Amino acid sequence: MSYAKSTFRHPNLKVNDIGLTYRDYEGVVSTLCAGCGHDSISAAIVHACAELSLPPHKIAKMSGIGCSSKAPNYFLGRSHGFNSVHGRMPSVTTGANIANKDLTYLAMSGDGDTASIGLGQFAHVIRRRLNMVYMVANNGVYGLTKGQLAATSDKGARNKAGDISPFNEIDLCVMALQLGASFVARCFSGDRQQLVSILKAAISHEGFAFIDIISPCVTFNNQANSKRSYDYVQQHISTAAISDFVPVKDEISCDLPAGNYDDICLHDGSLIRLYKSDENFKCDDKLHAINMIEKHKVKNQILTGLLYVNPAIDTYHEVNQTSDTPLNQLREDVLCPGQRVLSSINESFR
Amino acid sequence: MTQSKTNNFVIRFANTNGTGSASANHMFAKAIMRMGVPVSAKNIFPSNIQGSPTWYEVRINEQGFLGRRGGAADIMVAMNSQSFQRDLEDVAENGYLLYDNSKSQDLTAVPSSVKKLGIPIAQICEKEYQDQRLRQLFKNVIYVGALAALLDIEFDVLRSLVSDQFKGKEKLITPNIFALELGYQYAHSHFDCPLEPRIERRDLIGEQILVDGNTGCALGAVYAGATVVGWYPITPSTSVIEKFSNYCERLRIDPATGKKNFAIVQAEDELAAIGIAIGAGWNGARSFTATSGPGISLMSEFLGLSYFAEVPVVLMNIQRTGPSTGMPTRTQQSDILACAYASHGDTKHVLLFPKCPRECFELTTIAFDLADRLQTAVILMSDLDLGMNDHLCQPFRWDDERRYDLGKVLNEQELEALEQYGRYQDVDKDGICPRTLAGTHPSKGAFFTRGTSRNRNAVYSERSDDYVDNMQRLEKKFATAAALVPEAVIQQTRQAADISLIYYGTSAQVIDEVIAGFEQQGLTVDTMRIRAFPFGPEVRKFVQKRKNCYVIEQNRDAQMRSLLVNELNLSPQVLTSILNYDGLSITAEMVITKIANERKIAPIRQGVQR
Repeated sequence: MSYAKSTFRHPNLKVNDIGLTYRDYEGVVSTLCAGCGHDSISAAIVHACAELSLPPHKIAKMSGIGCSSKAPNYFLGRSHGFNSVHGRMPSVTTGANIANKDLTYLAMSGDGDTASIGLGQFAHVIRRRLNMVYMVANNGVYGLTKGQLAATSDKGARNKAGDISPFNEIDLCVMALQLGASFVARCFSGDRQQLVSILKAAISHEGFAFIDIISPCVTFNNQANSKRSYDYVQQHISTAAISDFVPVKDEISCDLPAGNYDDICLHDGSLIRLYKSDENFKCDDKLHAINMIEKHKVKNQILTGLLYVNPAIDTYHEVNQTSDTPLNQLREDVLCPGQRVLSSINESFR
Repeated sequence: MTQSKTNNFVIRFANTNGTGSASANHMFAKAIMRMGVPVSAKNIFPSNIQGSPTWYEVRINEQGFLGRRGGAADIMVAMNSQSFQRDLEDVAENGYLLYDNSKSQDLTAVPSSVKKLGIPIAQICEKEYQDQRLRQLFKNVIYVGALAALLDIEFDVLRSLVSDQFKGKEKLITPNIFALELGYQYAHSHFDCPLEPRIERRDLIGEQILVDGNTGCALGAVYAGATVVGWYPITPSTSVIEKFSNYCERLRIDPATGKKNFAIVQAEDELAAIGIAIGAGWNGARSFTATSGPGISLMSEFLGLSYFAEVPVVLMNIQRTGPSTGMPTRTQQSDILACAYASHGDTKHVLLFPKCPRECFELTTIAFDLADRLQTAVILMSDLDLGMNDHLCQPFRWDDERRYDLGKVLNEQELEALEQYGRYQDVDKDGICPRTLAGTHPSKGAFFTRGTSRNRNAVYSERSDDYVDNMQRLEKKFATAAALVPEAVIQQTRQAADISLIYYGTSAQVIDEVIAGFEQQGLTVDTMRIRAFPFGPEVRKFVQKRKNCYVIEQNRDAQMRSLLVNELNLSPQVLTSILNYDGLSITAEMVITKIANERKIAPIRQGVQR
């Protein structure tokens, strides 16, 4: 069931550049479990889109099947959404994106949807360099079917039922890096500030942006021995660099610590400013990123933050040389060559 | 009974695949057409790239009976040493064997009535060409030249064919004509030309073209305005995409920018292929995918989504011999039920059945209109025989006045004028609800497309009444579809005929010959060619007016018959199956023999039942 939210708006709510408040970016009331990490992700998306002043109707929400994939109903109620089939969101998004390159594609998937049933589609959508944001709400378990371990759970992880994951986990960030994603980040749903700034950067990035969001399952994977519980993640999180997203029109002003930072300029002129806690951290080297992820794992730490970005890579439509007008807006006068041409084609078959 | 073999014979070429024989054989078939004589060509090829036996069978028939004739060939061009002995057995009595006698061949199996025409083709090539590759290629051209002399084909016809074929590569014209002449001269000076089977110029072609069905599908997609393709390679559908791509490179490049007004994605599998097409359809671009049996199995999941979430998509199924991997390079019509009811739950899909390349073109353009109008998957049911073989048919035609039917898609003004929008509100009472596309209106018309149950406003619902309401509307939509799809083509005598035939797709190519065969026996024949599923009222009427109809199909399990019985609630006894499923194209002889047998058995059967 979905419930309508109150349409009451506080008169002093801050209005963004296109005259909307963040409440205009909300969806229906969530039916996920109280305290679900996914709801924090939804809230972060609402804030990121509102702060970027994106027109909601120019956003398409794409998802597969699972708790994660239900979430798009709970944000951006003024945007079209497509809750497709299990593990197939990447192909549906590919088609949608190719048909209309002018929308912002926010895709939401889960660990089962991406790392198991949809692993093939995940790999290939990265190769295709779509301009999209691909989020995985990663809680290490299958929520909707009541807590089976997912392929992103590390070896030895124990779920609520006491089952132990016997095999090594799939690290989706490492895969994304190897396969050529041009923006890779890992976040924690409990760190709103980091998530919002990374989301804003990911949306502004022209290319394939992947964000693995550790999002604890309060019902099936929040017990003391779980490595995906709120407590465990909070205690083992490590951030190489805190990022701030600076839109093109804004002056750089933020309350982050002064000190060692790098600026990364995105395609639209906006900046990602990285305040580095680790001086040696760099964001433009995928081997370095993979190395860092693995090194932290050995120390039982989860490395979060922006891990890699390449703002200069050609996207699908640049590679394909697709027309400037989105394909879904081309009309028959452009598309249909007419009888005269067909007559000459017929001639070649005589 | 001996019939004149002038403009009435079958010639079979036995080649090795990957040796360049295909284009020489194609030139031969085209030469017959340019002599004004009806011709068909069937390529019987292995699932292999190089080195296996392949046959090309050309039927020449001035009555226009162009289905596979079956039986032994009147002329065998035996160019493959691997299959040579087997090919010797396939020469008709009093037929001809054309072979390469450069090396001594074992001809003991050749029946005495068969005339042996040995030509030292390899020796000629060795003498004339230095390059090993050219020696191989021109072997094929030399036997075509020899056949021109033997069959009395005008040499100028071949000359003009070569010039047309190598337009833009003029350097190749002279050596090809030279090779044709080598063969032509050899045959002239060594054999008694022309043979009894021969070609006499006629004027029976008119404006017809000789082309394969996959080209028809590809051009249909171009003309219908398809812009997005997701696909995965699979025989025999691959050439649909190759040809679509070639025509797009010619016809769909923006003249100002040089950019593409299309996108073709080779996907990682068939799941993704149709997923891409559905994603594009959801966003309002015309999109399609092409596949064959194994791909249909994989795509079934998405076909269910297309049906339930109501997203337009066109799927071209170039059927091959199943089940499983089956015989990948042989033909069949065996996906009828798999496609009609593809996917779990209660699903039904619109199917179209083209009979020739011209209809591949036409029905493809109609498929796109229907998919948009009905907001669902439309499956074009072609097959390997139609898709990959050249068929003589009417030329492709496009009416420049025709406009695409993009269906019920609300634009910004229409949305603005609406007080309330619900995605699944059946405002027109035809089961088809107006849809909206992302990006249309700043605050109206957004909804969440899903494969889960929902109410009329697209809100998730587990209420039984919402679910049933939606399922009933989808049923109503399918009834609307029955009125929109192409009608069956019915030919009937005033009184009920002695024999009534129901058929579809490539079985059409033998029907005229079947009718002629029965007419010779003094029997009248009524026919109905089904062109679409769901069936229109004319289909039921045709069956109900008759005690019995023969349903001609190219599958083992009588799938169309099952569909007719099931959907029209017929008694199974009123439909008798005539089935061909050996992987080769159906023949008139088989149909006539089986129907004759059934007619003998039928009275006995009735006796038993009584």
